[in-house]
Parts: sequence; structure tokens; C-alpha cells
Amino acid sequence: MTDREPGQPRLAVIGAGPAGLAAAIAAAARGVRVTLLDSAAEAGGQFYRQPAAELRARRPQALHHEWRTWERLRDGLDAHVRAGAVRHLTDHHVWLVERRADGRFTVHALLGPEQEDPAEVCADAVLLATGGYEKVLPFPGWTLPGVITAGGAQAMLKGTLATAGRRAVVAGTGPLLLPVATGLASAGVEVAALVESAGPRAFAGRARALAAQPGKVAEGARYGARLLRHRVRLLARHTVVEAHGADRLEAVTVAALDGAGRVRPGTGRRIPCDTLAVGHGMLPHTDLAETLGCRLDGHAVHVDDEQRTDVPGVWAAGEATGIGGAALSLAEGHIAGRSAAARLRGARPEPAEWAAAARTRTRLRAFFAALDSVYAPPAHWAEQVTDDTVVCRCEEVTGGAIRAAVAELGAGDARTVKLLTRAGMGWCQGRVCGPGVAGLAGCELTPSRRPFARPVPLGVLAAAGEDD
Amino acid sequence: MRTPRELADAHPGPAFTVTLDGREIEALPGQTVAAALWAAGVTSWRTTRGEGRPRGVFCGIGVCFDCLITVNDRANQRACLVPLHAGDDIRTQEGTGHDDRP
Ligand SMILES: Cc1cc2nc3c(=O)[nH]c(=O)nc-3n(C[C@H](O)[C@H](O)[C@H](O)COP(=O)(O)OP(=O)(O)OC[C@H]3O[C@@H](n4cnc5c(N)ncnc54)[C@H](O)[C@@H]3O)c2cc1C
Ligand code: FES
Repeated sequence: MTDREPGQPRLAVIGAGPAGLAAAIAAAARGVRVTLLDSAAEAGGQFYRQPAAELRARRPQALHHEWRTWERLRDGLDAHVRAGAVRHLTDHHVWLVERRADGRFTVHALLGPEQEDPAEVCADAVLLATGGYEKVLPFPGWTLPGVITAGGAQAMLKGTLATAGRRAVVAGTGPLLLPVATGLASAGVEVAALVESAGPRAFAGRARALAAQPGKVAEGARYGARLLRHRVRLLARHTVVEAHGADRLEAVTVAALDGAGRVRPGTGRRIPCDTLAVGHGMLPHTDLAETLGCRLDGHAVHVDDEQRTDVPGVWAAGEATGIGGAALSLAEGHIAGRSAAARLRGARPEPAEWAAAARTRTRLRAFFAALDSVYAPPAHWAEQVTDDTVVCRCEEVTGGAIRAAVAELGAGDARTVKLLTRAGMGWCQGRVCGPGVAGLAGCELTPSRRPFARPVPLGVLAAAGEDD
Repeated sequence: MRTPRELADAHPGPAFTVTLDGREIEALPGQTVAAALWAAGVTSWRTTRGEGRPRGVFCGIGVCFDCLITVNDRANQRACLVPLHAGDDIRTQEGTGHDDRP
């Protein structure tokens, strides 16, 4: 590689969201040369997704929270880029991080939205800050145009100032639904209802962990006030049982849930809408870590107190290591960047120097663990999935086909179901249908072992192989 | 009613024209294919291979591949990622170009 300058260690940070930005800034400030790669055209990640520059938004903060923090991150990044300490590579989709025989790394990326031309970056260490993506469980009608993920609605709004329709229902479960509902409402969309499957009483049992986080409770209260102001109806312990429409969404049926998480018969009611923004929580992006051989804890990349994975030279921070929101990602990124900087310079890191970030991390991890047990999809959601409901959107595999694979063909795990039905074999590589298929088949959602984090053109694969 | 552009006080450059299956639609600098189609009232632009069902944006961030579309003769572009340029020729897709995939 030509971009090697002896002396200064090089760190490749993958992902320019809160975690990656905090990490890049912390490492660059301590004498490490950082290459920051992200598939997006602008830094910010999901939380601080910026409108495309050409839209020339003078008040992007109107779509955002914690704007001050963003300004600090943005200015910090700019300063390091100007000083030559950080190289920010936008529109770089990383499909593989390769650990070479000499212990260093080659980061393989595809350029631009077309993702056809390759690029490579060489580094002494890598820091995975790839965030997460939304989990959506299937229900009848969820493939209709107009049904979008809650985070997707938010991303389209923040990134392109676009909304799909005029009347939306926001549904599912999890803390993301609140900002999505208030975001859409303030952008002029009539939000007919916020349908949350968790019940208000579920929060009471976790009162202690939640109360330990006054800032977060205040944040919740602010969202609540905003919902009221926009006259958004909150339907707690309710769920969407069906989306209706011929060629696009026209209405949804929502119903109440009983204490056991079953739909209460006779409670269904129809709400006309042209948009349904739906989500059931988030899952970490672990593909790059998996191909590097990093250990996972459940669905998250395992890290130690310094945010190191168990593969030497590989750090991870933010939602790739567990879902916990932007503030936790910032704290983890900061710690990871400092640890990597020290270790790359051959020094032993001083955890005392990041004690404040570590306290924040402890607090927020406890908070999100409590939230996680509050926000859960209805226990019996799979009962609502009819045999003709498409579950794998790419390969159009129905609920009936998955049930048959289990009942008649004896498939006992997600991989066998996949082989028998093709569920999860399409373009998205099972990212979307994975949780739905596992739930219907009654087995655990296992990490997927995708060979690459992105579909890779054959020519690029062949050329990458030649380097070795 | 307030629009997102008003909320963010956005003043993009002048609109330009692109075509969707030959029909002219307006787009703004900085808009992705998906954003311009939504603005034109179009919510689906692909039919599935098996059942011929309509699809459009689902994840909005490049993960799900539901929003595939042909842009300037390149099939299977993700409408939620690809920015538009004046004169672009967008075509709805039937099925997915599955065979192009490695
Ligand atoms: C669609 C969506 C919208 C969200 N909106 C909100 C919201 O409005 N409010 C809120 O509180 N929370 C929101 N969240 C939750 C959000 O995940 C956290 O708030 C926070 O952004 C996490 O920070 P992070 O740095 O860990 O990851 P992220 O912010 O997700 O940043 C990860 C970055 O890595 C990049 N990346 C991932 N894989 C690759 C790859 N292979 N190659 C190159 N780049 C890669 C991504 O483009 C992204 O920029 C949203 C989540 C999603 C999925
Ligand atoms: S909407 Fe999912 S990839 Fe474009």
C-alpha cells in the first residue's frame, strides 16, 4: 500500500455515526492517523443523519435532538480533517475487513451508491462502529407500498426531507417510535396513532433503573408533551394486526393486547392511513466482525472494558456492540478511540482518564437493559402471521411454507428452514426476515455468517483475491 | 400545513426534470430517486418476481433491497441511496435482476 507513512500508527474507523466520530476524534487527538469510512455521503450516522448538502437546509436542527453535541462532533472532525489527522472517506461501503498475515488489516470497500468500483485502505488496527438496523416482524399486509420501517421514515425525513404520505400510523415497540412520531408530526404529516405493544405498567417494574437516568426520563417527558401538542393518540398495549390495500396502503387494523401478549378478540378497529412506520427494536450490524472472527455475545460484538474485541487489533463501539442509543455510542466510541490510540503507540491505556465516559457507559447500559425488557413485541405475534403472509420479502416465502418446513419436513433450526424454503437467501441476505423466520419456526435467531457485508460484484472479488 | 422543507428551511437549487418510464417528473438537487418519486406521489416502482406484487421503499437505508429500480440502464439500483441528476432516465423494474448477483 502506498498510503503507509512510517512512524505514525494508522487506525481505520468504519462508521461515522456517534460512536465512530467520537472514536476518530479521540484517536486523532492522540497522534493516530485515522481513516474514517462510511457508506453515507455525510457524517452523522443514523441519529445525526444530515440532509443532502444540495438541499441547502438552513435549519437542519429542526429535525434533530442534541444538536450541540452534533456541532461539537462535526467541528472536531473538520478540524482533524483540515490538520490531516483524519481522512474521511464518504460513499465507501465496506464489504470485508481482512486481517493479514502480518497482523495488519486491509479494509475492502465499494464506492458510491452503485457499489461497483472497489477501494482498499490499509491500517494497523480497525475500529468497528457500524451501528445497527431495525428489526421488523411480519404481519399480513406488511409488504404493501406505504409500509416502511420506523427508522426508514426518520432517515428519509432527515436525509432527504421527504415523507411518504399525509396520514401515518407509527407502530411496533421501542424507544425509536417516539422520535419518529414527533418527527413526522412536526414535518406536517398527520400522525393518526402511535401504537405501542408495551403497556404502561411494564415500565413500573423497572422504575429503579429508569429513575437512575433522570435525563432520559426528562427526554421521554418532552416527547410525550410533543405528542400531545400534535394530538397524536397513544395506543399502549396495542398492535397492528393487518395492513390493508390493493396496490398500496389504505388502512391498518389495530387491536388491543391482553396481559399475555395475545390479541383481544373483538377489539380490532380500522384506521385509514397512507403510511405505516413500523419497527420492533434494533439489531447490531455484526457482519464485518463475524468475518474477522470476533466473538459475539448473542447478537452483539463482544468487547472488554476498553471496547476491544477478542481479535487483536480490532476494537468495536456503539450499537454494533449492543443497542443503546446515541449517548451510549458516544461514550463507547470515546473509550475505544483512546484505548486504540494508547495501544497503537505502545502505551498502556489509563482507564482513569476516561472514567467519566465509563460511568456514562455503565449507567446507559443498565438503562437500556431495563428498557429492553419493557419494550418487547407481543409474545404471541406469530399467531397473527397467516399462512399466506409473505415473511421473506426478497424470495416471497410465506408463513405457510415456513411452518410446513418445520412441521412436515422437520426443520429444527433457522439454517435448515432457509435451505428448505429459500427464506433469507435473497438480496438482503436475511437481514430483514431473519427474526420473523426464526420466530415462526420456533427457533433462535442465530448470527447469519454472511461472507460479506455487501453484495460484491464478481470482478471485484476476483481482483481482491489476486492481491494475496 | 408545514412541509419538511419548510421545517428545515431548505432552499435547494432549481428543480430539474428526470423521466420515469418516459414520463417527466420534477426532482430537486440532493434528492434521492426515492425522495423524488415520493414527492411525485409514486410509492411503488418494482414488481416482485414471483407474485408480481408492487414494492417501493421499506428500510430507507440500503439494507432491504426492496426499492430496486433501473437508473440510466443500470438495473437493481437502490432508490433510497442513489441521488438524481438532470435528465436521468428512471425505469420501473419487473422482478429483480437476480442473475446479476454473484
Ligand atoms: C434507520 C434508523 C434511524 C434511526 N433514527 C433515530 C432517531 O431519529 N433518534 C434516535 O434516538 N435514534 C435513532 N436511531 C437509533 C440509532 O441507531 C442510534 O441513535 C445511534 O445513531 C447509534 O449510533 P452508532 O454510532 O452506534 O451507529 P450509527 O449511527 O448507526 O452509525 C453507523 C454508521 O456506520 C455506517 N456503516 C455501517 N455498516 C457499514 C459498512 N459496511 N460500510 C460502511 N459504512 C457502514 C452507517 O452508514 C452509519 O453511518 C435510528 C436507527 C436506525 C437504524
Ligand atoms: S428501501 Fe431498503 S434498500 Fe432502499
